[in-house]
Amino acid sequence: MQRQVALIKQSLFDQGYLDEQFMELEELQDDANPNFVEEVSALYFKDSARLINNIDQALERGTFDFNRLDSYMHQFKGSSTSIGASKVKAECTTFREYCRAGNAEGCLRTFQQLKKEHSTLRKKLEHYFQLARQAGPKETARRPK
Amino acid sequence: MINPGHGRGPDSGTAGGGSNSDPFPANLRVLVVDDDPTCLMILERMLRTCLYRVTKCNRAEIALSLLRKNKNGFDIVISDVHMPDMDGFKLLEHVGLEMDLPVIMMSADDSKSVVLKGVTHGAVDYLIKPVRIEALKNIWQHVVRKKRNEWNISEHSGGSIEDTGGDRDRQQQQREDADNNSSSVNEGNWRNSRKRKEEEVDEQGDDKEDTSSLKKPRVVWSVELHQQFVAAVNQLGVDKAVPKKILEMMNVPGLTRENVASHLQKYRIYLRRLGGVSQHQGNMNHSFMTGQDQSFGHLSSLNGFDLAVAGQLPAQSLAQFQAAGLGRPTLSNPGMSVSPLVDQRTIFNFENPKIRFGDGHGPTMNNGNKQMNLLHGVPTGMEPKQFAGSHMRVQQQITGVRPGQNVQSRGMMLPVADQLPRGGPSMLPSLGQQPILSSSVSRRSDLTGAVAVRNSIPETNSRVLPTTHSVFNNFPSDLPRNSFPLASAPGISVPMSASYQEEVNSSDAKGGSSAATAATAGFGNATYDIFNDFPQHQQHNNNISNKLNDWDLRNMGLVFNSNQDAATATTAAFSTSEAYSSSSTQRKRRETDATMMAEHGQNLQPPSRNLNHLNHVYMDGGSVRVKSERVAETVTCPPANTLFQEQYNQEDLMSAFLKQEGIPSVDNEFDFDGYSIDNIPV
Repeated sequence: MQRQVALIKQSLFDQGYLDEQFMELEELQDDANPNFVEEVSALYFKDSARLINNIDQALERGTFDFNRLDSYMHQFKGSSTSIGASKVKAECTTFREYCRAGNAEGCLRTFQQLKKEHSTLRKKLEHYFQLARQAGPKETARRPK
Repeated sequence: MINPGHGRGPDSGTAGGGSNSDPFPANLRVLVVDDDPTCLMILERMLRTCLYRVTKCNRAEIALSLLRKNKNGFDIVISDVHMPDMDGFKLLEHVGLEMDLPVIMMSADDSKSVVLKGVTHGAVDYLIKPVRIEALKNIWQHVVRKKRNEWNISEHSGGSIEDTGGDRDRQQQQREDADNNSSSVNEGNWRNSRKRKEEEVDEQGDDKEDTSSLKKPRVVWSVELHQQFVAAVNQLGVDKAVPKKILEMMNVPGLTRENVASHLQKYRIYLRRLGGVSQHQGNMNHSFMTGQDQSFGHLSSLNGFDLAVAGQLPAQSLAQFQAAGLGRPTLSNPGMSVSPLVDQRTIFNFENPKIRFGDGHGPTMNNGNKQMNLLHGVPTGMEPKQFAGSHMRVQQQITGVRPGQNVQSRGMMLPVADQLPRGGPSMLPSLGQQPILSSSVSRRSDLTGAVAVRNSIPETNSRVLPTTHSVFNNFPSDLPRNSFPLASAPGISVPMSASYQEEVNSSDAKGGSSAATAATAGFGNATYDIFNDFPQHQQHNNNISNKLNDWDLRNMGLVFNSNQDAATATTAAFSTSEAYSSSSTQRKRRETDATMMAEHGQNLQPPSRNLNHLNHVYMDGGSVRVKSERVAETVTCPPANTLFQEQYNQEDLMSAFLKQEGIPSVDNEFDFDGYSIDNIPV
């Protein structure tokens, strides 16, 4: 079971869903805070869902206030970076570039992509944490070697 | 809390050599501000791992109120740059200004411009997200560094005053020290001098040597506290008041002798200035006060003392300058006044009516600068615009003006600088120049309330004006720029300068050059006025007018003298626009000068700083000298020197003027030493 958990985690890294920052977070986890990473993840997804919603609404308006969109995306990028969600972060960067270029079409496309990556990551992490909880806290705190 | 004794990295602790066993930076009280809850949570966790005491906050407003409620409740603040309710840099400014805590900025944005913005706004560090725990482990260094600097500063100001020997000796010594240090313009030099003083006073009080320096409480001289202080001083007798006795009389828990000592020093300087010019400027002070209050919203909280304090700085610097000696051709040492002024920096922090001992603002002074500018700065703020406008006019008027002169970057000075006629000696004959200045004062109603004050003064001066015009006419192109810097003393001078500018403009009819000269003369006077006026501002307007005259004469004389030699320099002064918009280099030079004054550490706002800087210059009688020094800086040193060296003309002018105004002439009016601080009994 624990090996399975470790493998899943390893694949997340290998596939580029997560980066070193996630490992940093895991380092912060200890006996006093055994579920730190999971808590942070949950917080991230909750907050980012809100952001996504805002961006969706802004895009639907069709006015394309690039400054505002860029500002939203900056926030999104900050969160994603902090948790180590590298694919999501990459999409954020692309989106911002389109914003700066004033490319509405590019923004829309990228945003769809971003949402996809975001939800994929969410599912994977949820799965991962679930397994980890089942496997036992100690193992999950280990960095995959 | 922290055991400041070590001041080293975590590895140097006594806990036994383990790399993380040193508890030194533990319990650092950190306030984290970030609108991103994910980041906030992660940071909190990281900081807790570093054994810091963390308070997290997702809104800047809440953070500020937290900080305000617990002034000494935090050691360091970490803030995100992009926040919805308040810009991170604004928060940074507020924190630096009000609480003077080190602030670390962080952001996912790593573009150089943003990082630079952090630096210029005074952040002690800038972290790029994602923040790693290693970066957070070392943030304690910023706390230690800041405390050490503050400690040095307050030791310098407090310790130097406190002495078994007597306050005055110390003050004198301190001033002399500052003079000695004038050769090095930068703060670093000042710091060194302070450190030297630290050695002198290291036996004075355990709290100084103690690691508590890391957590030295900041004394806020509120109105009530100051009133208590003044009451104690008056009871003891100003001359006999010693910090120890004052402290006992005040009986304020938590107040140290050092706090009282440095406050006493400032107060004494303030009194001297009052004493020296009281007869002329009683009204002036009052009018200035009101004017200033109107114009500088922030200043409303300032009480008379605050203004006086603000004025103290100039006074002190004036003393400095005088000490430097008029005859000292080394005008290129703007730094000389740095030391004394540095102490005063805190005075100008008007955000809260508090006088901070030791200028710990450092990079966060920009806010302070703004505030300081309130006194000096607000006018200065206005001044630039006004000057810009007036400069234009002046420039148009002045034909022979050579743009090279840097004086203008002084802001206020610019208009003046442009206008001073070059013909030094020839200028002398027209004593009437001073009146011109006064009239200009009146015209400057647009300046601000402060200006209004000035307006009241002009009446008396108006008659003088005509003469100045004539004088200037003679020397259309020779406006000693050097004199301008002095005139622009921002605080009080603002109104003055404004008026002068007006003068210039108004004198268009008379001829461009004359207007220019008048303006310059006015400015020259302005500077003096500032000195005189500053302490007086709370008193009477009439005095100011008289003062103006006095100063005008002096300035005029100086201007003339310097004109001859500082031809090149003056020409530079003419191009106000040049000077004003001038190069940041000039500003920088000013800044170095200004370091003494107030802005001290705040480089963020060169314009205001320059102005403030100027203000200070004016404040001190020696400002005239200072200015020339500055001018020398910007333009050429030699001309500046000449400014002081040739004062012969001035005497005539001054005497004539003084007689006209009914003011007893000063023997060596042009000799700044003679004028200002020396004559003022303390």
